[in-house]
Formats: sequence, structure tokens, C-alpha cells
Amino acid sequence: MDTMRDRFAPVVSRLLDEDPRVAVVLAEIGTDGFAEAARRHPDRVVNVGIREQLLVGAAAGLALTGLRPVVHTFASFLVERPFEQVKLDLGHQDAGAVLVSAAASFDWPAGGYTHMAPGDVALLDTLDGWTVHVPGHPDEAETLLRHAVAAGDDKVYVRLSLQSNGRALPVDGERFHTVREGRSGVVVAVGPMLDAVLAATEGLDVTVLYATTVRPFDGAALHRATGTAGTDVVLVEPYLAGTSTAAANDALSDVPHRVLGLGVGRRELRRYGQLEEHVAAHGLDARSLRGRIGSFVGAAAPA
Amino acid sequence: MSMTNTTLTYTYADLPELMGLMTGDEKHGPAATSTLDVLWVLYDRVLRVSPDGMTDPERDRFLLSKGHGPMAYYAVLAAKGFLPVEWLPGFGSYDSPLGHHPDRTLVPGAEIGSGSLGHGLPIAVGTALGLRAQGLDEPRVWALIGDAELDEGSNHEAIAFAGPAGLDRLHTVVVDNSSATYARPGGIAARFEAAGWSALTVDGRDHEALYTAFTAPHPGRPHVVVAQVEPKSA
Repeated sequence: MDTMRDRFAPVVSRLLDEDPRVAVVLAEIGTDGFAEAARRHPDRVVNVGIREQLLVGAAAGLALTGLRPVVHTFASFLVERPFEQVKLDLGHQDAGAVLVSAAASFDWPAGGYTHMAPGDVALLDTLDGWTVHVPGHPDEAETLLRHAVAAGDDKVYVRLSLQSNGRALPVDGERFHTVREGRSGVVVAVGPMLDAVLAATEGLDVTVLYATTVRPFDGAALHRATGTAGTDVVLVEPYLAGTSTAAANDALSDVPHRVLGLGVGRRELRRYGQLEEHVAAHGLDARSLRGRIGSFVGAAAPA
Repeated sequence: MSMTNTTLTYTYADLPELMGLMTGDEKHGPAATSTLDVLWVLYDRVLRVSPDGMTDPERDRFLLSKGHGPMAYYAVLAAKGFLPVEWLPGFGSYDSPLGHHPDRTLVPGAEIGSGSLGHGLPIAVGTALGLRAQGLDEPRVWALIGDAELDEGSNHEAIAFAGPAGLDRLHTVVVDNSSATYARPGGIAARFEAAGWSALTVDGRDHEALYTAFTAPHPGRPHVVVAQVEPKSA
């Protein structure tokens, strides 16, 4: 199967053809995919070299002239390294952009911690007005990329990953999707965590919600789900554990509830290896999840 | 001069009094602010901007990157009719749009908000790219930075890109009041020149010299004017 990132350049190249407002800003990473588009639109495909502060600052300048910049590099270099540019040049200047990251939490484990960004969504949570899409399949990535670019002058983050579910679900760039209904807890699976969550909750009497747009957080869907499934809530996120715990608590502030936030651990593993090994090390494989989810919902609401 | 009559035409000579409205001091000599003469010459003679043309895509863009000490900027914007003179006395207060660092969403005429150093020039690069991509060939882009602001590495990302990219609509004025802790004589222009920029160094208080440097041709290259003023510590 192709990857989300394989879809990125072809989709955005078509958007460059279709919409004269669209511009792509790169910092060396990902330029190969845009070689053809750069020939067709030399002024709207910009590679600034290995300069990530300029990457985001220049995108803001493009936006201030009325364009819709799509900015791409690895998550660590898109959100973390130029974070003040994200905060000020986009947020404070009131300029919009679509930030599209690759490499996610540990897509390239052999590359080590310098290329891991489990904290990207949590960092963006310190800022106002960001939409965050976390597709779980290349088809969903394609839909959400188009959605992001079409979202006026909004600030949108699209988090692409090599982690993927086996099949795509319909996504609307806004709401959570109910995949399974039960009576003893709600599990929110974010993006590429869905397959593992479905395997982990096989036979458990829980509702599974699928979230590909996590900011704004679809608190209404979560609240609705707790109406029949009860107020034990497990969040399974492919980035820093607990990133959405506050959002879930806010959504359920009018009812007694419990929230377990599962995701990537904070501790630096200092390990290389394969993606699956890191998934397991963070307890995010189906077997580990089954134990953690089962004991949480089982303890509060025995079947 | 009546401070409440905004139909009046203000001149350079009125700027100290306008600044006095913000600071409470009766008179400010030009030395009180390093940027005053540069700003005046730009807004009076160089920039093609007007208060009623701030949404015109064809306008020149002036980006004040060095957001510290914006009294001269506000005074010039008031003198040129971008913002009411009546706003000046409220400078820095809770209800005033005029803060100690400008906010573009609050200040009519301000293209960017600034304060944190090293943001204006990268945004100016993107602005120049955006205008070029839309076939808007007339507007010029200006960023004003300080000599110590050049300490910030983000500027060097922009300088090193803009030269080889041939962004000839991009202009930078460096107001050099010797406030950088580590500096070498001639070092500012040399850095820009090494990146392929056109560079001129002039007396930052000499209006004719500034005007000549601001309007010097620089085909195919971005242009920097280093405006030297009295050392900050003097």
C-alpha cells in the first residue's frame, strides 16, 4: 500500500493546478515530489533550503499577500524547531496556512529521537485556532488535505504518518465517527490507532469512536456516546499520551466521568529499530491495549 | 498646529511634538529615536502607500521588524493620516491600540505585528514571493531591522535565501545605532553583499542621502541600506 505521504505531493500538485491561491513552501525535504509542479508553477512552489524559521515566516508572508500556503517538512522541523514562528508569524499576525507534517511520532525509529515528534499536537494545543487532522489511511489523508486547503484562511495542521489502518473510513474534516457501539465505556481511537483499538476491544462491550479531526475536539460526539456507553472514556492517540485528556474532560464537565489517556510515553526510549517495536514499547499494540483498556473499563463497570 | 485637526498636513518638524504626546516629554530631539529619519523619508518620499489604500494589492509593503520603541513609527503613521493623532496620548494603555510593540490587527497602516526580533525579514521574503507569484510586479517590500536584531539567526536564513533567489523587490533598511554587542566595522553591509545583495551605507540622519540610497537601482538583486546613526550608548 502507498503511504499518506505518497499522496501528499500528487494531491497538492493538483490543487496548485486548480487553485491559483495555493502555494507550496518546502525546506528541501519533499522537493522531489514537487519537481513537476515546480516546472508548471515556478513561483508557487518555493524551496527555501534547510531554513525552517524562514519556511514558516515566508509562508506567513505569502498568506499576507492573499495566497494559501501549504508548508511541509518533518513534524520536528515544522512545529517544534520554528515554534515561535508558528505562534507569532501565523497566530499573532492572523495569517493562515496549512502545515503538513511527515514522520509523526516515530515513523523512522532508526533515525532516532531527533526525528521523532510525539509532542507536536500538544504544542499546537498551547495556541488558539488550530484545526488538527490526523488521518488514519492514505485515502483519508487525501480527503483531509483537500479539506485543509479549502478551509479559507484557517490555520490547519495535517499529521501524516506511515502508521495506517487497513481500510479507509469516510471522514468529513470535522466529526468523530461511531465504529462500534457498546454499553461499558467509550474508546476514542485517533487516526492510525483504529485497527489496533478494534482488535484490542474485540468482544469488549465498548463504543469505539474514530477521530481523524482532533481539534476542534468533537466533544458533542463523545458526550453523546457516553449516554449509552457510560462515562468511562479511553483515549488512544498516536502522539503524546494524554494530549486530548483535557478536551475530553471539558466535554464531560457536567457528568462524573473517568478518562484514561493512552499514547506515546514521554520518556525518551533511546532505541532505534522498527516502527512496530516502538508501538509495542509504548504499549500501543493491540495486545497491550486490550489489557490496559480492559482493566480500566472492567474495574469500573463489570459486564 | 492643532493636535485635534487631522486634516492638517504634518511635517517632519511636527514629529517630536507627536512623539511627545506618547511619552509626555515636551520635545524630542531626533536622537531620541534611531528610526525617526528613516521612517520619515520612507513614508514621505519612497513608499507608495496611503491611509485609504491599505487593502490595495498594488501598495508597497513596509514591515517594521524592530518593534521596540515604536513611538517614531506611530508618530509618522499619525502624521501621514493612517491613525488619528488623538490615539497617541493613550500609548501603552489597556484600551489603546498602540502598544509598546505594534499589533497589525490593531494599528491601521501596520503590515505586521512585531516585538520578538528576527521575524520581519523572513515575512518580508514571503511577501515578496507572494506578490511575484500573483504577477504584482509594481509593489516593493521594505523591512526595517536594527543592527542588534541581526544577531537573530532567522535574519540570516532570509538574507542567504533572498540574494540567490534574486528577490529584487525586497528591500531592507538596517538602522545601525551600534547596539550589537559583537560587531565589526562594515560587517553589516558585508554580510548582505556576501549573499548577493546590493548594499549601501549612509548617514541615517541625512534625508537626501537616505532618499538616494533608498531609490538606487539594484536590478536582479535585493537591496539593503545601512543607516548609521549615533551609537545607542552615546
